[in-house]
Amino acid sequence: MTFYEVTFYVLAVVALLSAILVITCRNPVHSAIFLVLTLLSVALIFLQLQAEFMAAVQIIVYIGGIMVLFLFVIMLVNLDVAVRQAPYNRQRWIAGFAALVLLAEFTLFIYQGRDWAKLPPAAAEAVQPNTELIGRALFQNYILPFEVASLLLLVAMVGAVLMAKQR
Amino acid sequence: MNQNYLSSYVPILIYFLLAMGVAGAIMLLSWLIGPRKPTPTKLSPYECGMLPTGDAREPFSVKFYLVAILFILFDVEAMFLIVWAVVLRQLGMYGFIIMSIFLFLLMVGFVYEWKKGVLDWAPRQSRRG
Repeated sequence: MTFYEVTFYVLAVVALLSAILVITCRNPVHSAIFLVLTLLSVALIFLQLQAEFMAAVQIIVYIGGIMVLFLFVIMLVNLDVAVRQAPYNRQRWIAGFAALVLLAEFTLFIYQGRDWAKLPPAAAEAVQPNTELIGRALFQNYILPFEVASLLLLVAMVGAVLMAKQR
Repeated sequence: MNQNYLSSYVPILIYFLLAMGVAGAIMLLSWLIGPRKPTPTKLSPYECGMLPTGDAREPFSVKFYLVAILFILFDVEAMFLIVWAVVLRQLGMYGFIIMSIFLFLLMVGFVYEWKKGVLDWAPRQSRRG
């Protein structure tokens, strides 16, 4: 096994284990911390795939921003009620069955597609800097969506202020 | 895999390991060599004063949540700025103008927040003057 494979499997195992801990922890704050760990290992997998910008977005927006929001929601609601409630409801057998069906589907899909859905061989050398490629695409070809994005952020800002002010 | 690419991240890896190592070493050392002679008074939350009652976890004010939401919006804006900064040299004046439009629109939102008093922490009478 190469160094690349070893790091990938370590990161994948960490991501999966912490994802399982997210849903099994009784304390919501612990769940949130494990979600941070999951997102961090996914970010490192992105980094390994040479998607540097994705890794940076994952860390800055998801871990830095969204997780703060999650923690604030946890702090906003009454925690004692959540801790005492049963973590699973009666639908867990149905959910488990659905997950098994999904697993079978994915396995079949990957098994059947292993010949024709081959990934292109990895570029051996001189992959262009990922962030630069995204930047050029964004600012040269997709300039209108970029400006619309700022409008979208503006709408979100006004919406957040309005909703909070009504209370 | 591109050896050059991975090796460019070795400094960050060293930084991570160093940070974890220092934090772990401090905790381990204080646990190992710190004297522990507990007495009931030492173990109480406050050496003098009333014992705390109830849980420390109180529901937060919505204001904090609003600040968190606004933080995420500006966080996303910062991501666009990172991409922009990388290719700024190639874009030149054109890049400056499109980013100005982008930032202007967000500045409108910022001024709106400011005028609405979202960023005021204290009650308003001190601000109104």
